[in-house]
Amino acid sequence: MYFSWGDPTMATAFKQSDDLMAAAREEAFSMPLDKIDVSDGARFVNNTFWPFFERLRRDAPIHYCAESKFGPYWSVTRYKDIMAVDTNHAIFSSDAHLGGIAVADMDDDFILPMFIAMDPPKHDVQRKAVSPIVAPANLAVLEVLIRERAQKIFDNLPINEPFDWVDRVSIELTTQMLATLFDFPWEDRRKLTYWSDIATSDPDLPGNPNKEERQLILLECLQYFTNLWNERVNAPPAGDLISMMAHDPATRDMAPMEYLGNLILLIVGGNDTTRNSISGGLLFLNENPDQYEKLRNNHALVESMVPEIVRYQTPLAHMRRTALQDTILGGQHIRKGDKVVMWYVSGNRDEAEIENPNAFIIDRARPRQHLSFGFGIHRCVGNRLAEMQLKIVWEEILKRWPMIEVLEPPVRVSSSFVKGYEKMMVRIPG
Amino acid sequence: MSHVTFIEANGTEHGVDVDNGVSVMEAAISNSVPGIDGDCGGNCACATCHVYIDPKWAPLTGERTQMEHDMLEFAEGVEPNSRLACQIHMTAELDGLVVRMPESQH
Repeated sequence: MYFSWGDPTMATAFKQSDDLMAAAREEAFSMPLDKIDVSDGARFVNNTFWPFFERLRRDAPIHYCAESKFGPYWSVTRYKDIMAVDTNHAIFSSDAHLGGIAVADMDDDFILPMFIAMDPPKHDVQRKAVSPIVAPANLAVLEVLIRERAQKIFDNLPINEPFDWVDRVSIELTTQMLATLFDFPWEDRRKLTYWSDIATSDPDLPGNPNKEERQLILLECLQYFTNLWNERVNAPPAGDLISMMAHDPATRDMAPMEYLGNLILLIVGGNDTTRNSISGGLLFLNENPDQYEKLRNNHALVESMVPEIVRYQTPLAHMRRTALQDTILGGQHIRKGDKVVMWYVSGNRDEAEIENPNAFIIDRARPRQHLSFGFGIHRCVGNRLAEMQLKIVWEEILKRWPMIEVLEPPVRVSSSFVKGYEKMMVRIPG
Repeated sequence: MSHVTFIEANGTEHGVDVDNGVSVMEAAISNSVPGIDGDCGGNCACATCHVYIDPKWAPLTGERTQMEHDMLEFAEGVEPNSRLACQIHMTAELDGLVVRMPESQH
């Protein structure tokens, strides 16, 4: 484990977490099935949601929750069933006007039209406009830049001194990557993180901006990007995302709210997901010292470790759809208009599909066999870019240090959608 | 058993013997042929087994399915002879099949 046996604070923290998990398991397997509500963000903060998904996979793979903070919804928890829903876009819609792609419905007076929340044909047209930026040829160019930036960040980290990995590395690196993709003014790049976090924040949680404040902040984001658009539309086409959107016939006449929607998609999609995988990987290696040892002895394992990190973290715990018509799924009668939630975090631990799924194993035979990027027409367009960033991060870490210690349990994000870390204190021995 | 020849974008050839009924994607993966990823495990759900069927063989491999067509929309460098390798299953008729891989899968 990542704590020293003699350290009383860590031993206490570890025992508390053991006790919480035991209590959660007890509750998950004794409570009435129809009362289970896995959409609760609180269980994601203390990481005790796992047994509830085990129960659903076993006893109600297509499960109806009649009452929740987000209204009634179906949970799909097994790998094969998730794959079936994800690839059936004719019946299971992603449309923002039906609520969008998360269990929390999109705000109806502020619908952000983004292609992740569209169905064909419009989805296809917009995705194709953006897809070239992460095509193989462009990735090769981006690799050089990403590596340079990673090297600079790593060369400036403190040695033998505790620091927050999330802030100094995970957020910094992914923010810089996004700024590069947009050719965003460098000194303002932390605005990208800020807007991304606001876009995915729950306006009903105390401490977060409320609905109106959130809308105002996102409109500021639109204003900033509109200025960039106006600069780029009149300039010759360039390789950054804004220029691409401003020049491609499919996207150059986008309405302002559609532009904002696609921007938010690219910022969110490219931001906290990669960020949380960068944090997660380090945590998992610390929790599994035998794997860290295996990695130290063979750096080539970075290649298979990267997709395993993405599986094990599952940065987006779920994706939601809305049924366009009545249908039968796993013997259950789904009605037109019903909300259907694909729990990627559960499918990624489904022993029916993945061997020893709860183990973090950095040299699996088919490591990309996981649901974290989704499947079907909405499969993450940036998946190879994400993997490339993670590969570079680990290559550069291993060049420098055999070990980075996680000092205490990380603070987790309170959300059943974004599965991540707010803070993770580490130390580089030296 | 039938024979498939996989040709990488750089021209390197890989010859593989495959049981009939096995998909071309599965044949590549199980024989460690580089250039085909097959992330979704053959469910026509990721478009990372994109191949170009040699024109001589194209008429024998059948037509794209609807789902295959939808997924190919998002692959790079799609040509009329593009197929998803997970949707082509080997038969005696396809013995000697030649396919080319793109530079990389997206």
